[in-house]
Amino acid sequence: MATLRTESNIEDPDAFYSELIELHRGLTEEQSRLVNAKLILLLANQVGDMTVLRQVLAIARESLG
Amino acid sequence: MSDTAPRYPYRPRADQRAPRPAQHPVIIVGAGPVGLALAIDLVLRGIPAVVLDEDDTVSVGSRSICWAKRTLEIYDRLGCAEPMMARGVTWNRGNVFHGDRLLYEFNLLPEEGHRFPAFINLQQNLAEEIFVARAETLAGDGLDLRWKNRVTNVVPADDHVRVDIDTPDGPYALRCDYLVAADGVRSTVRRVLGLDFKGRVFEDRFLISDVKMRAEFPPERRFWFDPTFHGGRSALLHRQADDVWRIDLQLGADADPELELQSERVVARLRRMLGPKIAFEVAWSSLYTFQCRRLERFRHGRVFFAGDAAHQVSPFGARGGNGGVQDADNLAWKLALVLKGAAPERLLDSYDAERIPAADENILHSTRATDFMTPKTAASAAFRDAALSLAERYPFARGFVNSGRLSRPATLDASPLNTPERDAFTPVLRPGSPAADAPIRTPQGGETSWLLRELRNGFTALCFGDDGAAASVGALANGPVPVAVKRIGPGALADPSGRAAQRYDARPGTLYLIRPDQHVAGRWRRPDADQIRSALERALALQE
Repeated sequence: MATLRTESNIEDPDAFYSELIELHRGLTEEQSRLVNAKLILLLANQVGDMTVLRQVLAIARESLG
Repeated sequence: MSDTAPRYPYRPRADQRAPRPAQHPVIIVGAGPVGLALAIDLVLRGIPAVVLDEDDTVSVGSRSICWAKRTLEIYDRLGCAEPMMARGVTWNRGNVFHGDRLLYEFNLLPEEGHRFPAFINLQQNLAEEIFVARAETLAGDGLDLRWKNRVTNVVPADDHVRVDIDTPDGPYALRCDYLVAADGVRSTVRRVLGLDFKGRVFEDRFLISDVKMRAEFPPERRFWFDPTFHGGRSALLHRQADDVWRIDLQLGADADPELELQSERVVARLRRMLGPKIAFEVAWSSLYTFQCRRLERFRHGRVFFAGDAAHQVSPFGARGGNGGVQDADNLAWKLALVLKGAAPERLLDSYDAERIPAADENILHSTRATDFMTPKTAASAAFRDAALSLAERYPFARGFVNSGRLSRPATLDASPLNTPERDAFTPVLRPGSPAADAPIRTPQGGETSWLLRELRNGFTALCFGDDGAAASVGALANGPVPVAVKRIGPGALADPSGRAAQRYDARPGTLYLIRPDQHVAGRWRRPDADQIRSALERALALQE
């Protein structure tokens, strides 16, 4: 069974993080929500594996009840 | 439409003057597509059926319009497919728009070599006229269709069911071995037995109209998310027979039904959609909210529920009418064999085991489609918009866009009647699947025919290769529940395109045992007679 990576897998996390924040600059709340939703769909399709995606969904909801 | 609807005369029966309630094997409540399909199927199997309908005509207004390939295959077995094909609008393609841009189109029947198209559209009232005409040809064989017979009460007992009926000549009562409620969403039988639906109710209101117009749109399903003519909502356009078009417009949860049904308002909405040039006439319109729910069980002793009386779905996916006809297809052969004493009563339990998962599948797809179309939260609206805005350029996102997942026949995977397979096959036609069609040629004269036409109303051993495969059926061919042998191979049916062998993943020696409803009961690479006998017994619930 495929397992979600939980160790860092991006060479330069700082660079990605700042580009992610930059992506949202100047957007309204609603536009940001749309951009985030697109990101999730694109990345989920890249992952593809439903067992990994289910682990992602579970972690994303952790501590929120 | 109602001005041209046929009237079927009420005719008093001798039963109404009988001193005691007359006894019938099967009484069906409701002469809609489900009730009539069941009645026709039973009578073709030699079981007389009484059908009670409170009205004296076909259904009024927009109901089912799309009949799926599997349903047409069932209708063909019942002798109704040809007039439906002649009358209906054939279509295989759908288009999905976002705003005014075409996002993508899809073909629901991408491969050749099927007798029937993915769908035809034929408004339910016209389909019912065809069923009634077919039912009338079977009157002499025991199909007793009683108009203006309104069921007022149902009293189940251990060894029969009593039905109280009102007619223009006053009340009378009947008794039957089995009662089938095919009396729709507002089922009287369900109400008098005090049974409730469980599931979800959606709050969004939809305006559904049938519009008569001469328009040049192709016979495709067209679905719009957020079109400029109906901003922020969804719209559906679908062609029916006789220049009638179905239009569904989402109005939202707070739409005022009284206001929205004012004819000027309806016409104005449709005018915005259809443009200034097209002349149209509103034949019928109504405001709907949708439910996705079902009865907890479809069998209650000697009473069975089928179609909308048993389960309800939203219209996006054409899963109501098609699912209901498949209920009838599933129940008819079982009732017939039990009534003939060829199978034990517990075979009837498999109706629940098979049709409840099928209903759940329809409810699941219908719920998901309705959720996609009517997002309830800011987050779900954002995901919907994200999928829509990606779908035109990035094909992966089309998989998320849900304008209705159109009816597919259920594969009865969890059925206790299936013989689990041990031989290696591709999964497509695994036990529980409806048998696939393919073009074939008959040995006499080499006429072109279709495989499903060869599978008639009984059990069939479909085998591939030379006579050796067929020989293992042996004495079962003449048993109490006979198994017809159909062979594709030298000196028998020919498979000129190779599609039968390909669809059935067949090699010489491969044998499929196919049920009377054309579902696969078991399959083997080279079975012996014991394996086939055991699978037949299992499919008849003869094994404990």
